[in-house]
Amino acid sequence: MPGTLHDNGNFSVEDILVNPSHELSRIEPASYTPPVLPVETSDGERKIWELLATVPDPEVPVLSVVDLGIIRKVSLEEQIATSPELALQHIAGEEATHAIEKNQEVVVTITPTYSGCPAMDAIAFNIRVVLLQHGYRDIKIETVLSPAWTTEWMSEAGKQKLKAYGIAPPNPMQQVCQPAPFQQQEAIQCPRCNSYHTQLISQFGSTACKAFYQCQDCKEPFDYFKCH
Amino acid sequence: MDNYGKNVLNSTPPYSNEVEALINYTIHLADTSLILGHRNSEWTGSGPVLEQDIAISNIALDLIGQARNFYLYAASLINQYPGRYPFTNGFDRPVTEDDLAYLRDTLEFRNYLLTEQPNGDWAQTILRQFLFSAWQFPFYEALRKSTDERLSAIAEKSVKETTYHLKWSSEWVIRLGDGTSESHHRMLNAINELVNFTGEQFEPAPYETTLVSTNTSVDLKALKPVWNQTVHSVFEEATLPFSPGGWSQTGGKTGVHTEHLGLILAEMQFLQRAYPNAIW
Repeated sequence: MPGTLHDNGNFSVEDILVNPSHELSRIEPASYTPPVLPVETSDGERKIWELLATVPDPEVPVLSVVDLGIIRKVSLEEQIATSPELALQHIAGEEATHAIEKNQEVVVTITPTYSGCPAMDAIAFNIRVVLLQHGYRDIKIETVLSPAWTTEWMSEAGKQKLKAYGIAPPNPMQQVCQPAPFQQQEAIQCPRCNSYHTQLISQFGSTACKAFYQCQDCKEPFDYFKCH
Repeated sequence: MDNYGKNVLNSTPPYSNEVEALINYTIHLADTSLILGHRNSEWTGSGPVLEQDIAISNIALDLIGQARNFYLYAASLINQYPGRYPFTNGFDRPVTEDDLAYLRDTLEFRNYLLTEQPNGDWAQTILRQFLFSAWQFPFYEALRKSTDERLSAIAEKSVKETTYHLKWSSEWVIRLGDGTSESHHRMLNAINELVNFTGEQFEPAPYETTLVSTNTSVDLKALKPVWNQTVHSVFEEATLPFSPGGWSQTGGKTGVHTEHLGLILAEMQFLQRAYPNAIW
């Protein structure tokens, strides 16, 4: 249900409203890379993009949700009804004061990597938390399925971070997105020793978005962000 | 409950045959993915080797995720017409996707009979997945062209996942069929167990017939040759006999199930039935 969030075990949204600086460190910040902004991004929207670039993916915390390419759109929309309470609530976040005074609603549109990705609820929660901590109050997080997420949406910076983390990033040109059995396999580079002498162990790895490989030279087993 | 609000119609058309058919169709697709996902998840922690345990669990996760997307849509449709859809009798609040999964009984489930068949041995689980994915892959490709935006979007997302399911299960059918005499023998047994549950996927239920004229639902008859071709070529490589066109058991998508579904639901729905509205 939009606007309803469960306590994630650490703290609730109510805690944050009472104490906006509440334990920011509980969420591991991803190493920050400035987001590549869509054309015609307003100043207000740019600030939100920059905040989203600090929200990590829960399962691959080295990537931000922006690096991963799952943020499809950010917009500030004028509110139809104005609430006087809303204006009183701006306790923190100078940058958000503007949005609140103008009664703007923040709408963040996200898309899942896989239909059953269990991280999506946590991602929506973490986005909401970061925006609340920076003073935004009227936040809507929408999920869209089309166009479907593809590894091509992952940022270059994201790919470099993945490799440094020990996960082989998706190849720029991916070939094995076909259902036919026993095809020629992609050449995947070992993230540890850079050898291409690697072998597919399983198309299904530790998360839905990854396949499992092993390097035949350095013997390192590793995950590959698979073709999608 | 409707997190995907953008695609929902702005002006609600009156409740009609077509609307009810769309709800039934969406629930049928949801049930089919959920029940196979649940069956596959029964392997979690007891797969033959770790990598394949993870693979079948990943497939289960994809299917349950697809089911959730369909249930979310069905719930949003049902909630547009309070009190109209039969299931909502007795509800004094909007219906959620969880209600649809956990609070309906066997006669209300509309999944394919194939998906509720027991796991049996690894050969039977593999064959069930293959026979299903060989249907679901062209099905989703066709559903992408549905005039219903939301069904089309779910199909566009899901077909990418089904690509991997079909590839993985095809490879296993070949590996087992063309493996040892023991694995070949087990595949023959699995064919014997499952082949009579493969005709239903090409016989439209009344709600599908209603929707096919507006290109909302997929024309199932057109999928038959594609499915035949896939199964034929994989069976040939697996040295397994392929004889399509025999008698088939039907009824799943109108609520007439084999004895297995009740047992699945008894386990799957236990918590919500015993402790209503429990969350964790």
